[in-house]
Amino acid sequence: MWRVTVGDSCVGSGMCIGVAPHRFQLDADDRSHPVTVEMEPDDSVLDAAASCPMEAIRITHSASGEEIVDLWTMSSASPRTQGDPT
Amino acid sequence: MDDAPRILERIDADFMQNPFDLYARLRKEGGPQEVVMPHGAKVWIVTRYDDVRALLTDPRVSKDGRRMDEMFTRHSVNPVVQEDAEPGGGTGFDDDLAAHMMNSDPPRHTRLRKLVSKGFTAQRMEGLRPRIQELADELLDAMVGRPEVDLIDGYAMPLPIALVFDLMGVPHRDRHAFWGWAAKLVGAGHDPEEVAGASRQFTEYAKHLIDAKREQPDHALISALVRVTDEDGDRLSRSELVAMIFLIVVAGSETPANQLGSAVYHLLTNPDELAKLRADPSLMPAAVEELMRYDSGVGTASFRFSTDDIPLGDVVIPAGELILLSLGSANRDDAHFRSADWLDLNRHPVGGMAFGHGVHYCIGAPLARLIMQIGLFRLLARYPDIRLAVPAERLRWKESTLVHGLVELPVLLGRAASA
Repeated sequence: MWRVTVGDSCVGSGMCIGVAPHRFQLDADDRSHPVTVEMEPDDSVLDAAASCPMEAIRITHSASGEEIVDLWTMSSASPRTQGDPT
Repeated sequence: MDDAPRILERIDADFMQNPFDLYARLRKEGGPQEVVMPHGAKVWIVTRYDDVRALLTDPRVSKDGRRMDEMFTRHSVNPVVQEDAEPGGGTGFDDDLAAHMMNSDPPRHTRLRKLVSKGFTAQRMEGLRPRIQELADELLDAMVGRPEVDLIDGYAMPLPIALVFDLMGVPHRDRHAFWGWAAKLVGAGHDPEEVAGASRQFTEYAKHLIDAKREQPDHALISALVRVTDEDGDRLSRSELVAMIFLIVVAGSETPANQLGSAVYHLLTNPDELAKLRADPSLMPAAVEELMRYDSGVGTASFRFSTDDIPLGDVVIPAGELILLSLGSANRDDAHFRSADWLDLNRHPVGGMAFGHGVHYCIGAPLARLIMQIGLFRLLARYPDIRLAVPAERLRWKESTLVHGLVELPVLLGRAASA
């Protein structure tokens, strides 16, 4: 099983709702939540995580806690910034 | 009498000069309504917040560019001048340029979007903060000593263009020419032959850029995409890469420029709100959200069509109809935003629609937010006495169905504070 969470950086873009409509929903504050936190592995959830403009969606293995990474995206183009540059 | 042919309202060619009165009336009259747009296309215009939002995530609403021409042909009341229907959807365009993700549905859209989304995340954009500030200050420096300037031409346009070229890795020596061709592919009112020529030159240059990045890769976006294309053409073909470059240039230039120009305009014409922002600069992120809600740089989302009958309230949009979703109207809907016609920088709007919603949500939103916040902050700090150079009613808005922005924004700068 997978465990899916949406972080505080969510801006309610609706991206995940569009990509995986059965897996995510928006609340009254325009924040996204998974319909169920624990779910069967589902590629559309990986798509949603990879498309999220805020990188707010985290997917882990329920049992091991290990992060699930989408191999399809170009990880080489995403050097993380180190702290706040200003 | 019931079978009398319906006479559809024809939207006035000048409606962009004040679209908000039209939107308010259409929202009051009802849900989705059939109208004829100034360029002659019969569309279902959708103006209420809940309807716009629902249709933006409805899988029965398509953006498939391969069927869009057919839709326009079927629904043109008179010969259509598809002046600004889609970036890359109009006449004179190279087909390659139009095959981009904004003209695609899932799953094709998902594949393309995933490839570039990492290049535009909020975290990555945060790293551009010093560069945005540096560019803003350079542009503001260049104005010192000029009593009157056009802020669209001198600030709102060049700022996002420089950033988008930085992001992609376009060499400085090529930027002037590249933008010259791109500018003819953005917005309305260009001669079709000029568009065809610019389209060809843009495509040629984009291909040249791809080859150059293959020879000498850098850390910018095109190099990363070239690597994906070379490693696995199934993930991103060469023509998809050209179209992607086109989309990023087009969407990354005029829309943020409109948004920034309109924000300055609304601050200068709402002095009480401007005073709030000057008194408390920490209000800036919230102010930007409100300014983008109040007047969205994209007035109506690019054209879509129904692939099935879509019931919405007491109407049904039949299959195969063009749909125009008004983001600008949704953002002024009192049913969602209390006293929506009131600019209130302390509002903290929830669910603003300036960047759209759903799978086509603006990929550049995190960058646009930063450009707005830093661009406004530096401008107001540098020119504390800035004001409009002409009466507000003299200003003209671009004649476009889709974007909403000022043609020019002449301002008197006043004294320059030290940088």
